[in-house]
Amino acid sequence: MTAAADTATSAPRQRSHPFGWLVVAIPYAWLAVLFLVPFAIVVKISLSTAAIAQPPYTPVIDIFGGIGAITAAVRQFAIDNYVFLTEDSLYWRSYLQSLEIAVVSTFLTLLVGYPVAYGMARSSRAMRPILLMLVILPFWTSFLIRVYAWIGILKKEGLLNQLLLSIGVIHEPLTILNTNLAVYIGIVYSYLPFMVLPLYAALEKLDDTLLEAAQDLGCPPIKAFWKVTFPLSLPGVVAGCFLVFIPVTGEFVIPDLLGGTDTVMIGKTLWNEFFANRDWPLASAVAVVLLILLVVPIVVFQNQERKQQEKEG
Amino acid sequence: MVAAVGSVRRSFAPWNDPASKPFIEFRRVTKRFADFVAVDDLSLVIYEREFFALLGPSGCGKTTLMRMVAGFEEPTEGAVLLDGQDLAGVPPYRRPTNMMFQSYALFPHMSVEQNIAFGLKQDRMPKAEIAARVEEMLNLVKLKPFARRKPHQLSGGQRQRVALARSLAKKPKVLLLDEPLGALDKKLREETQFELIDLQQKLGLTFLIVTHDQEEAMTVADRIAVMDHGRVIQVATPAEIYEQPNSRYVADFIGNINLIEGRVTATAAGATRIEAPDSGAVVEIDQAVEAKLGDQVWFAIRPEKVRISLDAPLSGSPNTLSGEVWDIGYLGDVSIYHVRLANGATITATVTNQTRVVERPITWEDKVWLTWSRDGGVVLAR
Repeated sequence: MTAAADTATSAPRQRSHPFGWLVVAIPYAWLAVLFLVPFAIVVKISLSTAAIAQPPYTPVIDIFGGIGAITAAVRQFAIDNYVFLTEDSLYWRSYLQSLEIAVVSTFLTLLVGYPVAYGMARSSRAMRPILLMLVILPFWTSFLIRVYAWIGILKKEGLLNQLLLSIGVIHEPLTILNTNLAVYIGIVYSYLPFMVLPLYAALEKLDDTLLEAAQDLGCPPIKAFWKVTFPLSLPGVVAGCFLVFIPVTGEFVIPDLLGGTDTVMIGKTLWNEFFANRDWPLASAVAVVLLILLVVPIVVFQNQERKQQEKEG
Repeated sequence: MVAAVGSVRRSFAPWNDPASKPFIEFRRVTKRFADFVAVDDLSLVIYEREFFALLGPSGCGKTTLMRMVAGFEEPTEGAVLLDGQDLAGVPPYRRPTNMMFQSYALFPHMSVEQNIAFGLKQDRMPKAEIAARVEEMLNLVKLKPFARRKPHQLSGGQRQRVALARSLAKKPKVLLLDEPLGALDKKLREETQFELIDLQQKLGLTFLIVTHDQEEAMTVADRIAVMDHGRVIQVATPAEIYEQPNSRYVADFIGNINLIEGRVTATAAGATRIEAPDSGAVVEIDQAVEAKLGDQVWFAIRPEKVRISLDAPLSGSPNTLSGEVWDIGYLGDVSIYHVRLANGATITATVTNQTRVVERPITWEDKVWLTWSRDGGVVLAR
């Protein structure tokens, strides 16, 4: 009857299959080869020094050179790049601004996405697949082209200014492009499905009779939303926020195309280090630090998801 | 406990008192959903402190009727009145009614205490009063040790009691119960039925219960309204509904019934004679029937009122049929004999197993005689 007894009897039993390890080994190998190994390479490069050579860093490990060659290269590793990151204010300002933009964008996406998801969940059953498809449809076109389209809308001679001028709301064209505002618009637009879909999943599961019960007990509909609907949709809110926040922190394309010179996000900084300065080791160090910064939210998110799954299972 | 309840209820009959005022009143209420008529020109009066049951099959409109009292549906035509006040346009959160939902609808993110306190918080009750009322409710349903638990940590029966406590917390004028005992097992259901009666008597509230389970309605209700396709067929006490049904529908819906179709062949003061040449039955009953000579009527008699015997009655006497035992249902406390008549129809006779003798005197394929008394059944004109 107690919760403990219930979970004890419903815990899944691990059954060992003779070739179970093989089934798991394949995705593990995939992750190892296509993620761990490249990551290890990036870490290795971050510990190297820039050089005018091909590739533009030293030391270059000759994997066929034997243990001697490898140990000699390892002895040349240095953490100079990481030290440099702390010295030049450009880098920690980039990290901070990335976090700030990510937090604000996540909040804005939530503001826009929640009503959309709510409307979808409350629509008739027949309409729901159509609405879902409409939300997912933009993914069928290229992400890059969609961001370019926003340039056409937001620039001085763009569609938005033309519309507002023609109906007389403004008399001078607005400067939106190449400011932080354009970046926010671009991010909210691009990441909206990531917010809407988990929110919709959470809201769709909501039992309508709970709202009737709230009303029956004296709660007007708007209050019932805040007391019943919103708290029960929180898992969806959390999932959506993480799904937006984590990628947006490292976002490059949108700040590059839509942002101005004072929009310094870490993705752009990294790109500049890599391609403009050709300083691979420093760029690698920036990437490694970015990953470490995001480890905490990623782990928290995974924990949340796991707790949510256990509750439902 | 049952004796105490019975003694109170025996004297409680406001429907017989012309001076009593209606408490809940449906005045010519019709409810249409697009083409479908859920409630059809229905008028009904419920008195204060009644435990009133709306009984009928799925789709008969009973739930729609109750939702109109709660405020979740508005009548298309007609009016719903509560304590003399027309409820038209009053939203559910402003009505002095509370509902106990079939699925309980407990707030999963709140504890038992918070669930019960929810309605009280909406009324802006002072905190100390809320705490006192919540404690009172928890003791009422005997869930004090579970106050801090969340609904998913409770069993089905416990959740049901939380739902009950929550719906009673605001001391509503009317408590609406929407098939509240459907999810419980038989034993728990029976216990809870008596608890509900007890509670209703103790609190002096008006209860309106919707159910498709006729045993439940018979057990708890002071009066039952039997419904079919949006109309009320009969409103009466359980005893009246069972022993004096007004139609074949009601007779058949509640309990088991034997129906013999025939024609009125003689009427005298307070007595009627019906002949059914098809089954060979001649029925003489001490009941004056509204039907005229020659009208088609149905004689309805409950299986427990039919006597079964291996000995033939006096030849030529009325109220008797003969047949062959087709099947016997042994239920432990009773045995149900299905007797096949010459014309193929079946009459059921229920006999209490009064002795512990296993060898029965009447067995399969025996030729038997069925008899009943002159006041054992009723004649139905529809």
